Amino acid sequence: MTSTASPPVEIRDLEKHRRAMLKFAILQLRNETYAEDCVQEALTAAIQSADRFAGDSSVRTWLIGILKHKILDHFRKASREQAVTVSDEESSLDDFDGLFKEDGHYIEPPAPWANPEQALSQSEFFEVLERCLQALPNVTARVFTMREVMGVTTDEICTELGITANNCWVLIYRARMSLRECLEKRWFAAGHTAASS
Amino acid sequence: MKLTCKEASRLISVGLDTKLSLSDRAALRLHLALCDACNKVKAQFQFMRRALSAYTKLDD
Repeated sequence: MTSTASPPVEIRDLEKHRRAMLKFAILQLRNETYAEDCVQEALTAAIQSADRFAGDSSVRTWLIGILKHKILDHFRKASREQAVTVSDEESSLDDFDGLFKEDGHYIEPPAPWANPEQALSQSEFFEVLERCLQALPNVTARVFTMREVMGVTTDEICTELGITANNCWVLIYRARMSLRECLEKRWFAAGHTAASS
Repeated sequence: MKLTCKEASRLISVGLDTKLSLSDRAALRLHLALCDACNKVKAQFQFMRRALSAYTKLDD
């Protein structure tokens, strides 16, 4: 008696990932319509290539991988139609002058974060992280999430968005400093360190 | 070259994305050997990277 192996991915199961994909796309694109378009394109591409899914990763990881390519395609198209302009405000480092004394050392040393790894198992932490990312200025957020969430190299970001390497590093630095400050204020200093979910 | 914390925090960030020059790397290493605050910032930047990576795998 022969048994037929079930396909590694069922097309009807792909739809259940739509909500998570949409959340991911909105965070990158900051526009629900564009996000829905990218998710639809990604799901269509996934259906067309479902027989090539090898099962080496989870279905979600595979779908997010396809979605990342669709989002990058969107960024490429958008930057061809309208060049990305980095405002003086976004390329300045003056915002962080308040953290440092005149000699360039910290006025108040950064507070240690208690049990940061524990935060990674708490859904509330990721809600705070999301809000902190949403608070970043547009171009800063786009460059930062391309680098940190989508894994695009800084060279590729510069090429895709038509910005200089120095601008790119300044934007990523600004994003990290802002995100650090936001997480400290909204999570670590707010006493959320005990696991609650 | 002796770094300030302000300069070190920038180099820590750039160093997460690209290979620093030999002189920048040496200056940063020297600074981090003496500065608790900048070690904290470096650890926090690295944690944020792990958090963002985990974020994409939520509800997997």
